[in-house]
Amino acid sequence: MVAAVRGCGGVWRRVWQCGAGGSASLGQCAAASSARGAVAPAGKSGLAPWVPVVGLEIHAQISSNSKLFSGSQVQFAAPPNSVVSFFDASLPGTLPVINRRCVEAAVMTGLALNCSINKRSLFDRKHYFYADLPAGYQITQQRVPIAVNGTLSYSLCTDHKMSQMVTKTVRIKQIQLEQDSGKSLHDDSRSQTLVDLNRAGVGLMEVVMEPDMCCGKEAAAAVRELQLILQTLGSSHAVMAEGQLRVDANVSVHHPGEPYGVRTEVKNINSLRFLAKAVDYEIQRQIEELENGGTILNETRAFDSKLGCTVPMRDKEGKQDYRFMPEPNLPPLILYDTKSLPANINHQQVVNIDRIHERLPDLPSVKRAKLVEQYGILPEHSFTLLNEDGLTEFFESVVKRTQMKPKKVIGWILNDLLSYLNQHSLTVKESPVNSSMLADLLNLLEKKEISSTAAKQVLGELWKGEGKTPLEIVKEKKLELIQDQEALEQICQAVIDGQKNEVMAIKAGNHKVLNKLIGLVQRKTQGRSNPVLVKQLLEKKLLD
Amino acid sequence: MRALSLGRWLRGAVRARSDGPGRARPVPGSPQKVTVDVLDHLEHLALVDFRDSEGVERLQKAIQFADQLHEVNTDGVEPMDSVLEDRCLYLREDDVTEGNCTKELLKNAREKVEEYFVAPPGNIPLPKLEEQETYLQSS
Repeated sequence: MVAAVRGCGGVWRRVWQCGAGGSASLGQCAAASSARGAVAPAGKSGLAPWVPVVGLEIHAQISSNSKLFSGSQVQFAAPPNSVVSFFDASLPGTLPVINRRCVEAAVMTGLALNCSINKRSLFDRKHYFYADLPAGYQITQQRVPIAVNGTLSYSLCTDHKMSQMVTKTVRIKQIQLEQDSGKSLHDDSRSQTLVDLNRAGVGLMEVVMEPDMCCGKEAAAAVRELQLILQTLGSSHAVMAEGQLRVDANVSVHHPGEPYGVRTEVKNINSLRFLAKAVDYEIQRQIEELENGGTILNETRAFDSKLGCTVPMRDKEGKQDYRFMPEPNLPPLILYDTKSLPANINHQQVVNIDRIHERLPDLPSVKRAKLVEQYGILPEHSFTLLNEDGLTEFFESVVKRTQMKPKKVIGWILNDLLSYLNQHSLTVKESPVNSSMLADLLNLLEKKEISSTAAKQVLGELWKGEGKTPLEIVKEKKLELIQDQEALEQICQAVIDGQKNEVMAIKAGNHKVLNKLIGLVQRKTQGRSNPVLVKQLLEKKLLD
Repeated sequence: MRALSLGRWLRGAVRARSDGPGRARPVPGSPQKVTVDVLDHLEHLALVDFRDSEGVERLQKAIQFADQLHEVNTDGVEPMDSVLEDRCLYLREDDVTEGNCTKELLKNAREKVEEYFVAPPGNIPLPKLEEQETYLQSS
């Protein structure tokens, strides 16, 4: 069942979390979802309930060949300071020249997130001093960003079995184009900082989400959906471990009906799991602090993944004054749609919003709906398919090559393939069993040449990656079903002869005992008998 | 006293900060007192120590230079961000045309380790206002 709920009415209460710890309380948040700002009934503790509020700022590195304002290469893990232009190093006399691809990526992302695209957006300088920001300012879009007022729908499951899914919506305040900074490596022992400017000037899209979330699980689900969207669009690789997607969380708590509490900003979050943990830790910390009579400071905190907690960041203490000013070296960024497109304009100098809109690929939500409709699989299965890179393609390729119904194929994909890959920490692309091998195997099963027990055995052999086909393994291990009905009948008769008590029970009307006999026949034939056929044979012998 | 004359120079800068970027016009006859707090704020933003006469003089000159802007009468003139704001923003193709100049870049570095620039560890925190023996307070 998929229900649509706007925002989250999650109300946390300390008593709910007793003995549960931070992560186990996630379920309550979603379970309590109702209208936003709902007041929970007074609990046994008599304590007023707390409403957590979570907003996110997400920096996504744009996937492009060259940087936002210079022609140097965008390359992860290049030798230090090797992909740096004079502009990136902020040498005097250099000027920014914007990369058309970065503009298009931001427009594409804005459209995918249902934003209004500003046909005229502006660049600003945001000043702060740091060794990896050689200009002393970052070019960003503070006043008029490229895209505003969007929405992102995401789903999360409300139980551990993935069978209850809820769809929620978070508002997107804006998307702004900006420069990335360089990287600092701190060498504490020698008390120095090593600066690498390779990342300086790489194009970023900062996606600002309104505080419409209420727990770590929601925040992680929203970011996961955004990540899938970015990867589908190709506007960002969005790999968190490589810093292509960086998330800062703004967290506060308040009592229902009261204004929002003082918020803290949690940085240094480098995986979805840590995002959920960091947010929940911070909510819990703030509740405890306030209930013990303390106050929350408007501060920046870092998530320590080893300790699983947030700690104040010393470096950026105190209120920042960024001294925003208009960027004098960049005129306004003008975008067109088909209606406003002037005649006689060089098409290389045009970004046409309508053209980009037409070429948007199917977004994850549409892909899921199509999978459900086309193959008759469950919605939660479509989520799992899209969640693993390449799994949807694998599934569709198997479906194409086999006579087995997609509904049955999905079971083999999710229960056998995926659990094997997860157990061995493999990606779909690294799977030793490719889609045609699995399809061949499922065809043997579908044509009743092997039993499903035998099919699992063959799959076990296929994982070894020895290059044998399923049919070869079946022949080699003699796993084909016994087609000789007479031979099978003899085996059935032998089992009947050996199980006097069971036979009496069946004859007395206890038909469940038949299953035991079927099992015995299966064992005798080493899984090579068709259980349906065996059942028929046994029934004929015992009940006719 | 030095502090007082500096205060006159700082007036423009302080008002500009509170009125928004680049839109400030001096209001005649409304002298604004520059406090040591303002100076402290500027020092922290700029990571520059004004605690010697040379530093203060430099600041004075900078403010004096910028104050010339206020001599222009802009009454009824729509503010603009830049003289380029009615120009087209040129869009560059996404091609790699620069980079691979590590050696040249590092020539500018006072200190380097392998191919890295070397900087002091983090931002050096300036002493808090009450702790500092500034030139201004002692003069």
